[in-house]
Amino acid sequence: MTVATENSYLKGAKGRNTRGLLRLVILCTIAAAAVSSRLFSVIRFESIIHEFDPWFNFRATKYLVANGFYDFWDWFDDRTWHPLGRVTGGTLYPGLMVTSGAIYHALKALTLPVDIRNICVLLAPAFSGLTAFATYLFTNEMSTTPSAGLLAAIFMGIAPGYISRSVAGSYDNEAIAIFLLVFTFYLWIKAIKLGSAFWGALCALFYGYMVSAWGGYVFITNLIPLHVFVLVCMGRFSSRVYVSYCTWYALGTLASMQIPFVGFLPIRSSEHMSALGVFGLLQLIGFVEFVRSGVPSKQFQTLLRGFVALVFSIALGGLVLLTVSGVIAPWTGRFYSLWDTGYAKIHIPIIASVSEHQPTAWPAFFFDLNLLIWLFPAGVYLCFLKLSDEQVFVVVYSILASYFSGVMVRLMLTLTPIVCVTAAMVLSTILETYLSMKSPKSDAESVAIEAAASKKNVPTKGGLRSMRNPVVGIYTIVSKSTVVGAMTLYLLVFVLHCTWVTSNAYSSPSVVLASKLPDGSQHIIDDYREAYQWLRQNTKEDAKIMSWWDYGYQIGGMADRPTLVDNNTWNNTHIATVGKAMSSSEEVSYPIMRQHEVDYVLVVFGGLLGYSGDDINKFLWMVRIAEGIWPEEVKERDFFTPRGEYKVDHEATDTMKNSLMYKMSYYNYNGLFPPGQAQDRVRGAKLPDVGPVLNSIEEAYTSENWIIRIYKVKDLDNVGREHGAAASFERGNKKKKAAKKRGPKVLRVE
Amino acid sequence: MAAKRNARDVTPSPPVNKSGSSTPTTPAPAVKSATSKSKDGNLSAQEVAVAMWDNYTKATPQRTKLIDVFMAFLVVVGVLQFVYCVIVGNYPFNAFLSGFSATVGQFVLTASLRIQTNAANKAEFESISPERAFADYVFGSLILHFFCVNFIN
Repeated sequence: MTVATENSYLKGAKGRNTRGLLRLVILCTIAAAAVSSRLFSVIRFESIIHEFDPWFNFRATKYLVANGFYDFWDWFDDRTWHPLGRVTGGTLYPGLMVTSGAIYHALKALTLPVDIRNICVLLAPAFSGLTAFATYLFTNEMSTTPSAGLLAAIFMGIAPGYISRSVAGSYDNEAIAIFLLVFTFYLWIKAIKLGSAFWGALCALFYGYMVSAWGGYVFITNLIPLHVFVLVCMGRFSSRVYVSYCTWYALGTLASMQIPFVGFLPIRSSEHMSALGVFGLLQLIGFVEFVRSGVPSKQFQTLLRGFVALVFSIALGGLVLLTVSGVIAPWTGRFYSLWDTGYAKIHIPIIASVSEHQPTAWPAFFFDLNLLIWLFPAGVYLCFLKLSDEQVFVVVYSILASYFSGVMVRLMLTLTPIVCVTAAMVLSTILETYLSMKSPKSDAESVAIEAAASKKNVPTKGGLRSMRNPVVGIYTIVSKSTVVGAMTLYLLVFVLHCTWVTSNAYSSPSVVLASKLPDGSQHIIDDYREAYQWLRQNTKEDAKIMSWWDYGYQIGGMADRPTLVDNNTWNNTHIATVGKAMSSSEEVSYPIMRQHEVDYVLVVFGGLLGYSGDDINKFLWMVRIAEGIWPEEVKERDFFTPRGEYKVDHEATDTMKNSLMYKMSYYNYNGLFPPGQAQDRVRGAKLPDVGPVLNSIEEAYTSENWIIRIYKVKDLDNVGREHGAAASFERGNKKKKAAKKRGPKVLRVE
Repeated sequence: MAAKRNARDVTPSPPVNKSGSSTPTTPAPAVKSATSKSKDGNLSAQEVAVAMWDNYTKATPQRTKLIDVFMAFLVVVGVLQFVYCVIVGNYPFNAFLSGFSATVGQFVLTASLRIQTNAANKAEFESISPERAFADYVFGSLILHFFCVNFIN
């Protein structure tokens, strides 16, 4: 489309100005499109933070804005992980919060006081505009055609693969991280092309910013060394490579170590060793090249090659030795599960339990990157055709990112930029070929226009036939316009597809659930906020809430109450404790809850409404995680029927029926229905006639659609009885049960 | 502790060699060239080293020699720090890291300056004048020192 700027009347000095203006207008339009396509959820619903993680980022940002930077840096949060607390300053990536805090203060200095919530909501759309611009710069470094950059910018602006993580209200680390990723790569390409220490240092600075923003910086710190290593292996080592890489590594590593969460990791952990190894390798090669320039001997050179290989293998061996002996930390579980895809499911159920950590299915690629995904391999092929230093980067990036995005759904995000870039390169090549109306300066020109495609050596008067160069190619207006028209059609369909996907799939806030009534009007189910608001207004300021870890951040953010576990899963045992309390019988759970000073227990139950993401469906993960710590007390097998089915109806096992989670979910649920017709709409099961009985906790609040149920943990009995005994006495049961033994105290509370 | 040792193995050993070639102490390259030449069977190790040294002193401009002396100094400082760390231990690890990486980073930046200002590399860096290279060097060093001072606490 932008190739229109190449028209003949746009040449010359005046033409350059016109082109510059057009370019500016197009870029502004792209930024506007990128921003406005992300606003569906704000316009349809309201300007709120969406998912689970962003609620913590939002809370931390509020803390930063309220208390200043130094307090934020040393923030000890005593309202999460209740008995333990969390050293927040040292366990988060502060880039996102600091960015929005800076924007907040900048706007305030401009006398535009904007609420911090609105800044947080709209940060991701704003940065997506910047991402489009960074992609433009990056692609311009790759391709000589002027249109490729603009095409890549618009692809990046509206591609659903990126929109999915950056709609308005999704205040997550990826919101700014993708911009930083692309911009760091742009600076790196610039540095390696020019061999400039200045660009290398800039690249290191933005790399440091990226480290402060997202844990995915590991991708950069492995990709750039890999690029350099491939260049060296191809025999393309030059002093430009040395200057740019060494500047980047020396400054970038120091910059990354400034973040408390990263600390000494760049020295100690395996993920960063490739960068260090390539740094050492470059020193050796640089030295060898230096000596070689002084001594002109063939044998000497070969011997030096041997020397390089020897030193490299020694360094590698030393690295392996150090890793095996445990001096350098091995790969972390999250990272390791990328290589051994079965690892997480067996050893760390908490990693496998997150839905984003699953392998990607084929339709996801077409869904997220409509026509880009089939232009992508062609773009990589184009890069192979003219393989300069920066094209090698594209190839390396493509291969690596395609593998990772195939292994894990959420890593589709890192694939999207390179797909946009390569697809734009292909498309601009096609358009450049078929949009130029110039026919070759040949006498065959007049004939070629009316003839069909691929005309060669048309007989004309004058000159010997063998002396003329045959004109090969497609020169008719018809064929050219057909191809261009088809491409334009594809592009238009791409825009439609992106808008449709964004509107339908990625723009729903998970806090409010929207449903359509038969007459087409919208019905909003707002149970989450209803229940959180109840907690906020009707409980003590420091009432501890126990829930599964998914809702930890939201409770902290919306209800403003201390929680036991949250989405930052740094202490697996603590999560397993909650899992055990949820999956054990009341007699076992009550002491656990007393020990942790739990005041309220919150469960999510979708049985009435058919909301499938509720706690009964997540229950097996609780059991598995608890079983990982207490294998003899919680057994997954006990929750299945003898035929191995997971049931909640009358066939459910006793362990299932006695578990706290089951009781809390179905407590009093029978009363909603006529007798004998209680129905669970998610599991599609008919519930037993007699509902569960709760002894040690009591119902405190149930939201309108029964999605959130909150229970209050009872105090100790006045007379010192067990709660079960006291309750059965209240109910008038005559026979007194034998004293139950108290739940095993396996928990160590610090 | 040994992570550092690994870092040392990989990184600053070339500095040692490099400075060796540029300063009279000359350990590694002399040995290297000696082995190679003895394989050829032509010259002895000392002759090669002397020839290289003569070639270096004659062919290298004064400014580049100055840079080389600075690089040799950085190598000495880095090795001293590392030896001290090996002897005494690495308790304030960030202090050791910032001091050591200051020398490594400064060495690398200086090497970049040397490469960029070298007249023989004119074709490689056609867009970078020596003055620009020096400005880049100052920029990089300022960043480096800011980070090091910040990291040493």
